[in-house]
Amino acid sequence: MSKTVTATAAVRLTDIAKRFPGVIANHDVDVTITPGTVHALVGENGAGKSTLMKILYGVQKPDDGTISVGGEQVTFASPADAISQGIGMVFQHFQLADNLTVLENVVLGAEKLHGIKQQARDEIERLSSAYGFGLDPEELVESLGVGQRQRVEILKVLYRGARIIILDEPTAVLVPQEVDALFANLRELKREGHTLVFISHKLDEVLAVADEITVLRRGTTVATVEPSSVTAHDLAELMVGAELPSPSTAESTVTDEVVLDVAGLRVDDAAGRSLLHEVSLRIHAGEVLGIAGVEGNGQTELVEAVIGMRPAAAGSVALGGDDVTGWDTRRRRAAGIGYIPEDRHRHGLLLGAPLWENRILGHQTRPPSTRGVWINRPGAAEDSQRIVESYDVRTPGVDANAGALSGGNQQKFIVGREMSGDPVLLVAAHPTRGVDVGAQAAIWDQIRAARRQGLAVLLVSADLDEVIGLSDTIRAVLRGRLTDEFDPQTVTPQELGAAMTGAGTQPQAQP
Amino acid sequence: MSRARRLGLTLIAPLIAVVAAALVTSLVLLGVGESVGEFWAVVLSVPSSRLMVTIVNNASVLYLSGLAAAIGFRMNLFNIGVEGQYRVATFAGAYFAGLALLPGVLNTLVAIGVAMAAGAAWAGIAAVLRVTRGVSEVISTIMLNAIAGGLVAFLLRELGEQQGQIRRTTTIPESAWVPGIPLIPGEPSLVYGLALLALVAGVGYAVVLNRTRFGFDLRATGASETAAVASGVNVKRMTVAALLLSGAVAGLIGMPDLFGDSHAYGSTIQVGLGFTGIAVALVGRNHPAGIALGALIFAFLSVQSNALGIIAGISPEIVAVTQGVVVLSVVIAYEVVRRYQLRIEQTEVARALEREPAAGSEVGT
Repeated sequence: MSKTVTATAAVRLTDIAKRFPGVIANHDVDVTITPGTVHALVGENGAGKSTLMKILYGVQKPDDGTISVGGEQVTFASPADAISQGIGMVFQHFQLADNLTVLENVVLGAEKLHGIKQQARDEIERLSSAYGFGLDPEELVESLGVGQRQRVEILKVLYRGARIIILDEPTAVLVPQEVDALFANLRELKREGHTLVFISHKLDEVLAVADEITVLRRGTTVATVEPSSVTAHDLAELMVGAELPSPSTAESTVTDEVVLDVAGLRVDDAAGRSLLHEVSLRIHAGEVLGIAGVEGNGQTELVEAVIGMRPAAAGSVALGGDDVTGWDTRRRRAAGIGYIPEDRHRHGLLLGAPLWENRILGHQTRPPSTRGVWINRPGAAEDSQRIVESYDVRTPGVDANAGALSGGNQQKFIVGREMSGDPVLLVAAHPTRGVDVGAQAAIWDQIRAARRQGLAVLLVSADLDEVIGLSDTIRAVLRGRLTDEFDPQTVTPQELGAAMTGAGTQPQAQP
Repeated sequence: MSRARRLGLTLIAPLIAVVAAALVTSLVLLGVGESVGEFWAVVLSVPSSRLMVTIVNNASVLYLSGLAAAIGFRMNLFNIGVEGQYRVATFAGAYFAGLALLPGVLNTLVAIGVAMAAGAAWAGIAAVLRVTRGVSEVISTIMLNAIAGGLVAFLLRELGEQQGQIRRTTTIPESAWVPGIPLIPGEPSLVYGLALLALVAGVGYAVVLNRTRFGFDLRATGASETAAVASGVNVKRMTVAALLLSGAVAGLIGMPDLFGDSHAYGSTIQVGLGFTGIAVALVGRNHPAGIALGALIFAFLSVQSNALGIIAGISPEIVAVTQGVVVLSVVIAYEVVRRYQLRIEQTEVARALEREPAAGSEVGT
């Protein structure tokens, strides 16, 4: 066998495609991962990174395309097949049993490799010292910090013989010092010949650790670059797409009437750490305020604090002049807040209930879904039919269960529902995530039309097309703080991308 | 999906379950060397009119018990404490009625109210523990069952009176008794007058759960707590309300017998009704009509089995196996049918999409 100039790829994904009902998660994906390198996979939320990794790890089967590992074409029926090919995955959410020791967690499910006693302990100690993990096999996982737990997860996949390790947003849960330690571990692993696939959307980190970077956008690979040849700005541009929609040229509909007035809002998590710091914003009738940001920077908390699902640790929320800080969710929604949640399955729908019942959800206090204390079945069904027709929801009827609809159609139904009953404020979190382009345009049109009628909109999105195309005012959120305002007519995607990823030299969050 | 098809699928699950239960019971009988033919001959014989009345009486009580459990189930709350709630409530109602503070029917009505309040209060302990301290209602209600047994025995000793071998509360004055209903012409034994409570409670359950905002909130919380919270449901308040309601209905379980037959609470009170109610609610899938069917099946099996020992020489306890298998197979059959239903529904939606190719999703072209 003659030796080719380029070494055999550790993993080669060719023309991978994956479709779900109504959505194409991946198409024409080509990735070649060189052995012994750190290969970063970057892209916005919804760009198809996680589906791609699930395909590589055998959780899902591709509809099209081929996977080859070490030059040989393979098909994975389950993660067990991937593991046997030396592929391991470290999930963002740790899968560890707190009340077991490091040793017990590592051998769990892999008892046949080195038993569960001394031999296993030796192997763990060997791996731990070889890669500088510094883990004690006898320590209880509950006493470990986040960084150490992550090392246990990595140790688990090494113990199972993985040579190719996928790390799904490994830095999302880490503080900066822990990130440095992780990167040191990764370099150690690389030196020992392991191949690492690093999924992230934090551009500075990617540039710091990766040897090659593949950018995914809207389900497909758009470029593979070397970190030495690109800047964070370039990457941000690749991630969000260089071609930008012309900002809505319609005349401004912003009025003087303040609908939502958030002042000095602070939100803490259960442990007392602040997730939102001193957030102040105002939205007027007829105004769309777009909050651009990468997920996990506090926008979920902002939305939930406005809706009343999360208490404010400090500051106030006022709706149309009323201080609603102490109001519960129901009272706020009855006062005219529409809510398009970021996770429609968890917060937006009852999947096992028919559409007409879902019409009632969140509108329990208002006609036409209810009449006093009574449910108005015909009213809810009739209005569901209206939503189905005017929002082009593809469904056999309003008796169909919400769970049977495709994601895009579920989303259109939610948007239609939340636009019902003349809301004064619409809180829209990623309103077009996971929907096809046709539905996306329809949803944007509906939001623009409602804005002309005087609706105030708090738009949270990671999609810059959406934020720039819809908003009258844009602010970026980074680590729980809002930046100053950007004007959608003049802002460049680079400026915005930099503000939301913290990349480069653009001015960051104003305190 | 057409309504007819939906209904057909709903009915097929219990049918599968009953057939499976019959098969398993037969296999168990074969395994222990009993006569399968004789067993079914006895169990499936047409009951005498006296036994029919007994079946209706038992079923009405089981129905109330099933409803009490189902109220919790609809919200994903497992009120295992129906048994304890029912005993505390029946004692409270019997003691109050025995005091004869009020005349005639008024005494009956208020005593029923007292029983419901007592049942609700007993369930309320579990509710408060859950919403304030996060204690699982499964654990707390099981413990409260044990405490209820001891509490009632203690109260009976303190407040009851000795009648022969047993200790019981003061007999309720005759003016407060509820006369029976002659269900079958010519049959001297009567159906409990308060069996009608089961009917009222069943209608109330159906109306409240399916037609009111409160019921919607309760079902929404059971279906998806996160979605319910986002829609403005106060889950803690709903938890308390659902457990109080469940306890109040549990308080009704003892009333038909108390005012129709026993006229006092004594150590002969029927135990286990609360637990059987959980099984009945499972068989009935928390549907008001389904629970009625489940209650009838359970009552029928246990009444018919009494003759097994005499006629066929088979221990009547064998029907406990039948009842158990009914529960298990119902749970399995419903899950199978649910998945099948979901699949055909998704296929239908996909077909509706194909008819309109404009719905194509050309992401990122």
